[in-house]
Amino acid sequence: MTLSIPHALSVWRRNAAMYRRTWWLNILPNFFEPVLYLLSIGIGVGAYIQQMGGTSYAAFLAPGLVCVAAMNGASFEVTYNIFVRLTFEKQYDAMLTTPIQPDDVLAGEILWAVTRASIYGSCFFLVVAAWGLAPLPGALLVVPVIPLAGLLFAAIGVSFSLRVPTIEMFSFYFTLFLTPLFLFSDVFFPLQERLSGHWLWVAEALPLLHPVRLARAAFAGTLGLVALWDLTYMLLVSALLLAGAGRAVRRRLAS
Amino acid sequence: MIVEARGVTKRFGSRVAVDGLDLDVAPGVCFGLLGPNGAGKTTTLRMLYGVTNPTAGTIRVFGLNVHEHTRAVRRRLGVTLQENVFIEALSPVDNLRVFGRYHLLREPALGQRIEELIDFLELRSHADVPVQRLSGGFKRRLAIAQSLINQPELLILDEPTTGLDPAVRLALWARVRDLRAAGTTVLLTTHYMDEAQRLCDRVAIVANGRIIGEGVPKALIIEHLAPEAIEFDCTPEEEAALFDGIPTPRHRLRTGRRLIVYCEPASRLAQGLRQRDPDDRRGLVVRPTNLEDVYLRLTGSTLEGGA
Repeated sequence: MTLSIPHALSVWRRNAAMYRRTWWLNILPNFFEPVLYLLSIGIGVGAYIQQMGGTSYAAFLAPGLVCVAAMNGASFEVTYNIFVRLTFEKQYDAMLTTPIQPDDVLAGEILWAVTRASIYGSCFFLVVAAWGLAPLPGALLVVPVIPLAGLLFAAIGVSFSLRVPTIEMFSFYFTLFLTPLFLFSDVFFPLQERLSGHWLWVAEALPLLHPVRLARAAFAGTLGLVALWDLTYMLLVSALLLAGAGRAVRRRLAS
Repeated sequence: MIVEARGVTKRFGSRVAVDGLDLDVAPGVCFGLLGPNGAGKTTTLRMLYGVTNPTAGTIRVFGLNVHEHTRAVRRRLGVTLQENVFIEALSPVDNLRVFGRYHLLREPALGQRIEELIDFLELRSHADVPVQRLSGGFKRRLAIAQSLINQPELLILDEPTTGLDPAVRLALWARVRDLRAAGTTVLLTTHYMDEAQRLCDRVAIVANGRIIGEGVPKALIIEHLAPEAIEFDCTPEEEAALFDGIPTPRHRLRTGRRLIVYCEPASRLAQGLRQRDPDDRRGLVVRPTNLEDVYLRLTGSTLEGGA
């Protein structure tokens, strides 16, 4: 592995330069998704729910949806966008005619996905806070969780993107992986109260569960020992997947 | 030598893309790699700038082993890929700025270099228009500008003028000559023989991953054929009768009814042939032999090299 931070940053700046011109095409649709969920489920369905987890249903949804916003921000970047740059546009082939190496490309792209996740997550957090659904200042502890959630889903997504042959495969990724995660990771209902016994242990494997649990604890001001496990999971899985992605990107770009 | 390749072989699985290739490119020359599609030209280039590793053999660029000093080598060279790579939503200036940052260039030097390149490749008129609205010729000039952003000592051009109209090709050739005159070494691939002949000081003809002929274009012509060519229509049956009593040239090429014979000088043979075809029904033409002839001689199966 040969990583050069300045070169990785030049890859990051490429995306930033592009995003500055096209942000309204990218940011708006994905950003509105959690907002719409908050409106429909939180306000609409929430009207029929007295309380959940000790708060209003909209307030219960808020921390989980912050993480979903981060997950979406990272996922779109490392799936469709990376695949297009890799195969159709040949952006990486052009980069590799300069001193940039495959590891720099990967690092720059991951850093960019984390940036985008952070933009989405924190914008949504601002919405939630303005709505009065985030107890301040305690809920600010969620801020460091946002980029970590971005990193985790960047690592998962890029591992997938580097190994699929066609762009159509991403619909599997979104409908059979991200959507179930979204629905069954403590975002809409407390998993602990619906699952029992060994199923609870199985649920620990779900990647979205960990940032959501961290965010919920930050909102509730109840960060405890389990937060350490959540953090460990997120960092460890990210690191392992990125190490594999490093090997894959070297194989794909330089052979 | 700027480029020194020895015994370079590249296999992809069981397919041999490059097969024991030796290559020397001296400083300040324009060197052409000629060959049909799939001959191994692009793979060879990719190995030269270290993005593909040879299965066997060594490559030195600027005297450095490319495999070990990839970044150092790439800092000093520029590559124009076969396909243009841009951020289509951004202007030429913004694209050049992004590319300059890949080389870690900073303002104000980067801005100055962009201005120079905008002038050098005549991009001024559309310098701030999104690339997606530019013509093919404009985009190609921008692609070359990108590869010059770091003032490379070696410029690698992979099929620089494929698909461009004649005026754009002439303009690009002029720029390549300017660069060479300023001391840049140029290595290009092409399957346009006129391009190679007009631009290149030396050429290597590549087929099936091997170099099958190398040298100065004029010398290659003399070595493999003869300086002049006579072209005319004649069926294989007529050929023997036509040449009856005239010494048959050593090299002949036939494509369908068209026969090309190579000789030096051509005037006497042409005169003899014309006497046997007083009405000029054979469309006889005398012309200088070009690289295309050599290329066909070395790669083609249609050429009958009589011994």
